[in-house]
Amino acid sequence: MARLTDNYHKLTDHGPFFYALLFGHAIVILLGLASAYYMEHNGHYVTGMNNQIVWGMPHVFAVFLIVAASGALNVASISSVFNRLAYKRFARLSGILAISLLAGGLAVLVLDLGRPDRLIIAMTHYNFKSIFAWNIYLYTGFFVIVGIYLWTMMEKRMNRFTTIAGYSAFVWRLILTTGTGSIFGFLVAREAYDTALLAPLFIASSFVYGLAFTVLVLITMCWTLGIQLMDKEFVTKIRGLLIIFTVTVLYFTAVQHITNLYATQHHGVEGFLLLYGGSFPTVFWLGQVAIGSVLPMLVLAHPKIGPTRQGLSTASVLLLIGGLSQMYVVIVGGQSYPLDIFPGMEATSSWIDGKFGSYIPSVPEVVLGVSGISLTMFLTGMALKVLPFLPNPVAGEE
Amino acid sequence: MSNIRDNDIDKARRQFMTGAVATAGMTIAPGFMLYTAEARPAGTAADPKVRWGLLIDISKCDDCTVCVDACKKENGWQGHRGDLTDAQWIRKVDLKDKNTGVKSSLPVMCMHCEYPPCVDVCPVGASMKRADGIVLVDKHICIGCRYCMMACPYGARSFVHEEVHGQKTHLPRGQGTVESCTMCAHRVDNDQIPACVEACNASGREAMMFGNLRDPNSDISKRIAEISTVKLRADMGLDPHVQYVNF
Repeated sequence: MARLTDNYHKLTDHGPFFYALLFGHAIVILLGLASAYYMEHNGHYVTGMNNQIVWGMPHVFAVFLIVAASGALNVASISSVFNRLAYKRFARLSGILAISLLAGGLAVLVLDLGRPDRLIIAMTHYNFKSIFAWNIYLYTGFFVIVGIYLWTMMEKRMNRFTTIAGYSAFVWRLILTTGTGSIFGFLVAREAYDTALLAPLFIASSFVYGLAFTVLVLITMCWTLGIQLMDKEFVTKIRGLLIIFTVTVLYFTAVQHITNLYATQHHGVEGFLLLYGGSFPTVFWLGQVAIGSVLPMLVLAHPKIGPTRQGLSTASVLLLIGGLSQMYVVIVGGQSYPLDIFPGMEATSSWIDGKFGSYIPSVPEVVLGVSGISLTMFLTGMALKVLPFLPNPVAGEE
Repeated sequence: MSNIRDNDIDKARRQFMTGAVATAGMTIAPGFMLYTAEARPAGTAADPKVRWGLLIDISKCDDCTVCVDACKKENGWQGHRGDLTDAQWIRKVDLKDKNTGVKSSLPVMCMHCEYPPCVDVCPVGASMKRADGIVLVDKHICIGCRYCMMACPYGARSFVHEEVHGQKTHLPRGQGTVESCTMCAHRVDNDQIPACVEACNASGREAMMFGNLRDPNSDISKRIAEISTVKLRADMGLDPHVQYVNF
């Protein structure tokens, strides 16, 4: 039996499947590191990125994971800030998953830099007018604040500070995701960005991604340990939250596009992203909207499948596919629409003028991106083994 | 300490060079001596009273690429793949009016904005604007995040996608860093005009004019005072120092 520490336990009583999972993730992490070395050694010409699509699949995965990190704190926040006891059992797991997701996302982001060896410069030289520089503080602050939050939850003498730490983490993660969305929202020169809506859109998206990751980790642990961690009440609550958050993301997405469609100057970029822009309309309508939003909501809303763990896990996988699709359209699609330097003119050149971006991701950059997810899962798995993050099984539902 | 030592070395080198040039100048051409004396001495800051700018007359610009070729030769950024991973500090853009069908061609490079968004967004301050308005990338601290490329409204910046060869001593480049037109700062500091302008003049077109926008008596300021100029993406309020005429 698992070693008990109050109402939580370390991950000790597991079969070989857990080690197989860890081993699999370790292999992917090594492949990711090899990919980063390959890209660094040869230069970025070996990737699908170029001087028009300057941010590609590594950034899609990195931003996806960073946004998810903030959302993974949902369960802890609901417990500490909104004082809902049903979520309290999962608050520790929520915190450590948030830290692991951020670490996974940042690792990918850093390894895709043109000069990752100069990371120390990013830590020592700051331009405080840059939202990117602010984000470096927000990310490191997130690690510290969530770390303290976990400490207050796990150390009895510190329990009295849990509420204040929970509030701090809640506010911090809202600011963090505002900062992440603003990396794009502040890009006033690009038609697809330049909107304050990206900040709340990213916050709503973080709720979806983070909760979906939390659900999948919990269900994987249930499966690995052969125990039941989530009672029916919790499953029902999570089901409702996932539906609400998904509707919120769709709402902000719709408002962003409808607002743009009203302005003549944005008709071009909207047509590109929603109708004729190669893979982007397909990824948007099929990936983000149909498979990644509508289908999981149908699964969750189904009276028989919805309230089950299978329904929850299926919906979570679909929502994460939708999240990656959303990030792909926002990040790569947004860059693919040409800069409007000469309004009213047809522009051509040997460079990017008048051209829709062409981006075919290379295998190494995709592997680097995927390795961020593996790093997240590896770190979470190791953390669960080392400290009592997991709640004890639900009585009578084993 | 090392800066002081470097400055001492620079001073000694400068004194030697000044002496050598002065001797040669007095012997050969008095005009040349004046030319050298106006250069900005190494180790001194750029002059904030100066605002270097370019004025490009599109009516004199045809489909030639002498400005691009001269820039490549001067700064050594020749691409190898012929695709969008190649660096391109200056490019010729062909325009066609959607209504009238009138065609034109013009060079586009870093606009050396008064309020450069690339400088605003750079997390480490590698993108910077000199006191005289020239926008540069500090290759020693650029981490290659490419956020400046996302922010530039003119697509004027390139990321070095591969190992670089044939670098110029006056302009080191670096794989994994971002670069763009320097307005030939190394030439300007030596009281020379940018290579693109020089090449355009030499071709007989004289479509490009370089000078100090803050000096009302400079040729460029006088010309701008008497004609209507166009700043690309003027709606963004960045006040680019490259302006166009007869657009």
